[in-house]
Amino acid sequence: MLSFALTILLDGLSYGMVLFIISVGLTITMGLMRIVNLAHGSFAMIGGYVAGYLTQNGVDFYLACVAAAVAGGVLGGLAEVTLYRPLYRKGDLAQVLLTIGLVFVATAAITEIFGAFPFPVQFPAYLTQPVDIGFRTYPAYRLFLIAVGAVIAIGLWYMIENSLFGARLRAGVDNARMARAVGMNVSLMFTVTFVGGCALAGLGGALGAGILALEPSYALKYLVLFLIVVIVGGEGSFKGSFVAAMALGIIDTIGKYFFTEAASYMLYIAVFILLLIRPKGLVPAKSVL
Amino acid sequence: MTPLNQNRALIGWPLLGHALPWVIGIAYFFMADGYLSLGTQIMIWMLFALSLDLALGYAGIVTLGHAAFFGFGAYAAGLIAIHVSPDPLVGFAAATILTGLLGLITGAMILHTTGVTLLMLTLAIVSIMYEFANRSRDITGGDDGLQGIKIDPLFGEFEFNIFGETAYVYALVVLFIWFLIAWRLVQSPFGKSLDGIRQNPSRMRAIGTPVWWRLVAIYAISAAMAGSAGALSAHATRFVGLSVLSLLTSGVVAVMLVLGGTKRIYGAFIGAAIYYLVQDATAKISPYFWEFVVGGMLIAVVLFLEGGLMSLFDMAKARIFGKADKQP
Repeated sequence: MLSFALTILLDGLSYGMVLFIISVGLTITMGLMRIVNLAHGSFAMIGGYVAGYLTQNGVDFYLACVAAAVAGGVLGGLAEVTLYRPLYRKGDLAQVLLTIGLVFVATAAITEIFGAFPFPVQFPAYLTQPVDIGFRTYPAYRLFLIAVGAVIAIGLWYMIENSLFGARLRAGVDNARMARAVGMNVSLMFTVTFVGGCALAGLGGALGAGILALEPSYALKYLVLFLIVVIVGGEGSFKGSFVAAMALGIIDTIGKYFFTEAASYMLYIAVFILLLIRPKGLVPAKSVL
Repeated sequence: MTPLNQNRALIGWPLLGHALPWVIGIAYFFMADGYLSLGTQIMIWMLFALSLDLALGYAGIVTLGHAAFFGFGAYAAGLIAIHVSPDPLVGFAAATILTGLLGLITGAMILHTTGVTLLMLTLAIVSIMYEFANRSRDITGGDDGLQGIKIDPLFGEFEFNIFGETAYVYALVVLFIWFLIAWRLVQSPFGKSLDGIRQNPSRMRAIGTPVWWRLVAIYAISAAMAGSAGALSAHATRFVGLSVLSLLTSGVVAVMLVLGGTKRIYGAFIGAAIYYLVQDATAKISPYFWEFVVGGMLIAVVLFLEGGLMSLFDMAKARIFGKADKQP
């Protein structure tokens, strides 16, 4: 019984880590600029496809992951400068429409280039084997995800809490206007976090391909999951998004084990109720406006 | 714009403009020659886009969950035809009212939120309904869709046949009735208050407008209209596919609306028609190309043509008649 509970916990955590790596950039950019960005999953998808293409052609897995992050970051930067900049001053509606348009474009481009079928990333042999963890054997891949996710989360947390950039970032999320007034370049900060967030999304898309399978509909299919992490966690809230990602991973895993029939919509109902009670999410960022 | 000006503006040229869509609609009936059902489909989407215009365009309710109402109306009409009464008007009326009620209930629950939270709640509702319809195979047919819908002739006289004459006229009349309601609604004080709410809810609250109630009311009306469109679609094709509840359906109707232009009534008409033409032309090149084009059009419209295609008319009008007649 205990070992079963531990299995669910590990499954949920590894799943949650993937969601966290992909969504954390989205949380911070949405908190910083209050911009509705529905295209974030596209960068994860593109990163995943880059890694898939490279590993299928014999490139080392870790090198491919780096390439995925670079691809996500570069494309994210390009999109930010050309498409997102004009959006800041426009309303929610323009932001929703443009970013959903980006999702359509990315989906069509991926289908055209790689075909409509699922696209696997070739993981190294030692990751695809189960390892003995005492009470049972467990897929090494999922343990690897938990480790990588934990390293990234701790690294980001340390950076946000202790570096000058982190302090500025927190100030920007708390009150962008005031941060600007005391001379911080919030726009530049936004660009940097946007690029970083897209790079992480690309990395997450590559690493998580064993859980969130790569296919052209990826960006639309998992969009709701990424948004749940951001909004349930509270826009701009780093800790909130971590808690929300882990909770989402574990709850969804429990649902799949115990309520196979209802699992798919139980999650949405839970999110629906939670948002009705706490519209600003679990851990709302301390913002004035 | 004063009421006096408005009355004067209704005479002459503009009257011709208002008659144009309906003249085209009637002319198409006689000239379609085998393409009638395409016309019916376009009108169904025009009605759906118009419903979204009320909620999203006029009242500024940012939603990606409007497929919930279209899908609910379609399933309601289909299920009523199978289990209750095959009379099309009974099914149509019931589906419209039930969808309006759904809009009223969900609207009352979610419309105190704004921005991304509201967007997420609308997404959650449509996702719940999609998954529910997907799982309840014995009621909805799951991903095979709802089959075996049989509809009695309209007024016991006009049969829904494969040529689609009845369906076309039926859709045209329903579209016209809803168009009149929408037209009246947006010109009314109620419609003007929605304009205000979209632009500045707190100021409207400060001058005593019951903001939440107004939003719930327009949301319910818009839902009923989308439900009508769904019911029309179920009657016209005698089939309801699971995809009516998908996120892509919400996306497509939003594309139609912004392409044509929000807050314009006719924007929904032009958008739906152009969308179908573009989809038809580009799908021939490659089955995925149209999605690329649709996405590209969305981006281009947001960046370069904020008022949609309808704003091109304004520019043309300003060129011809001299000074620009600023739209509200």
